[in-house]
Amino acid sequence: MSDVKAESVPLKQTILHSTHVESGARMVPFGGWDMPVQYSHGIISEVNAVRTSAGIFDVSHMGRLEFSGSGAEEFLSSIISANVPALQVGRSKYNFICNATGGIIDDAMVYKTGDEQFLLVINAGNVDADMEWINTHLAGQSEVTMNVVTDQTAMIAVQGPTAVALVDSLTNNAASEIRRFRIGAAEVSGVQATLARTGYTGEDGFEIIVPSDHGIEMWNALRDVGAKEAGLGARDVLRLEAGLLLHGNDLSTETNPFEAGFGRFAYFEAPNCIAGYALKQLSESEPSRLLAGFKMVGRGIPRSGLAIYTGGTESLDDSEPIGSVTSGTHSPTLDGGIGMGYVDQKHSAIGTKLLIDVRGRPVEAEIVDMPFYKRG
Amino acid sequence: MYPEDLKYSKEHEWVRVNGNIAEIGITVFAQESLGDVVFVDLPAVGSEVEQFAKFGEIESVKAVSDLFSPVGGTIVEVNDSATDSPEVVNDDTYGSGWLIKVELSDTAQLDELMDATTYEGTLE
Repeated sequence: MSDVKAESVPLKQTILHSTHVESGARMVPFGGWDMPVQYSHGIISEVNAVRTSAGIFDVSHMGRLEFSGSGAEEFLSSIISANVPALQVGRSKYNFICNATGGIIDDAMVYKTGDEQFLLVINAGNVDADMEWINTHLAGQSEVTMNVVTDQTAMIAVQGPTAVALVDSLTNNAASEIRRFRIGAAEVSGVQATLARTGYTGEDGFEIIVPSDHGIEMWNALRDVGAKEAGLGARDVLRLEAGLLLHGNDLSTETNPFEAGFGRFAYFEAPNCIAGYALKQLSESEPSRLLAGFKMVGRGIPRSGLAIYTGGTESLDDSEPIGSVTSGTHSPTLDGGIGMGYVDQKHSAIGTKLLIDVRGRPVEAEIVDMPFYKRG
Repeated sequence: MYPEDLKYSKEHEWVRVNGNIAEIGITVFAQESLGDVVFVDLPAVGSEVEQFAKFGEIESVKAVSDLFSPVGGTIVEVNDSATDSPEVVNDDTYGSGWLIKVELSDTAQLDELMDATTYEGTLE
């Protein structure tokens, strides 16, 4: 085992880094940051906490970009796949940052925080690629100002069936006034905060943004009212159970929103949308492959990169390779192996029997509808 | 953490010797490094394994690891409760979390393993 990375760029630390270390978190490199993958109780207990009560995640590593000015709406329309002019103040939209051929540079959340004001939240690992894309198209635009606020703010996700009540208890019940997928402001435990009622777990809850010098105070306040610390390991399990995609695994510049099954989040009618033409073309043709969710029938856990074969046979020799796994894990909530992967469109129907090549061992699986888990 | 009566391999397995039968599991270090164990794949009873060769796989939520036998011989018993309830490996690492029992082909192989103090020294 070695902690030495190939490139010697020092890992960045969120404002909560020392808090995680003091709590006994196991820290790992992720998207250029040194982040907690799990705390001492382990991933399964963290997943269970989020499914049954509430968990808190440090998501300060995610890129946060503010756009303002009379040209902000038009600019965002050109670089993301959301119908930005239709977005009302206080609302959000999941979207893709697609290149001119419809390949996915990143997936993102856009929030309209005010008149001519927007917040774009992007993946930590894609910040460089996103910034290159954004800066290329921002050049010469005088009516829009971009402000990168990643380092000056902390972002904490509090997620789970009791999350809204917990945040309500710290906001004099102001938090629950903000409805699902909306964004608003409130004083949380005495700190002026931006609250987005969004997340990446399949549960209700908030993503709370505060000035970074209040990050530790906010984390402790949420922990003190009963939210349990959860790391990137739990976050990955939770998002997969909820059928949510991870760029770098399930999405890349080599995939497009339609084959990922998320075409409804690929708005391409903005006249200045750079990916618009390509996305329109892609929307009109049948994808040759589709992202399918599957659960394991035999004993085994699917992992990213494993080959997917047609099922119904004993051996891989008698079956046909049809794709590969992009994400997979053991689901504590469903108590079994679950995964997703791109498969030949002809073999993508719900109920299709598969074989997963688990390091030479063929294990039966079956395509199921996603999400794997839906909150009650 | 590392009982004195066991022997240890550098691949983080432990061995409890009883006559010519070696009971084998993974160490607390291995178990804690993996995190919550959710899957164990063990060989068939009666199969042969060579010293330091792979005999199975163990998986946590995040990671897959090969299992290497600290001794060679015939597999005489496998722990079905570890395959049915893999969390036993985390909960009772040196007890009911054992994985396989091997009838030793050559007891001299035990000399190639470490005692608790030596093993613990390799972890620092």
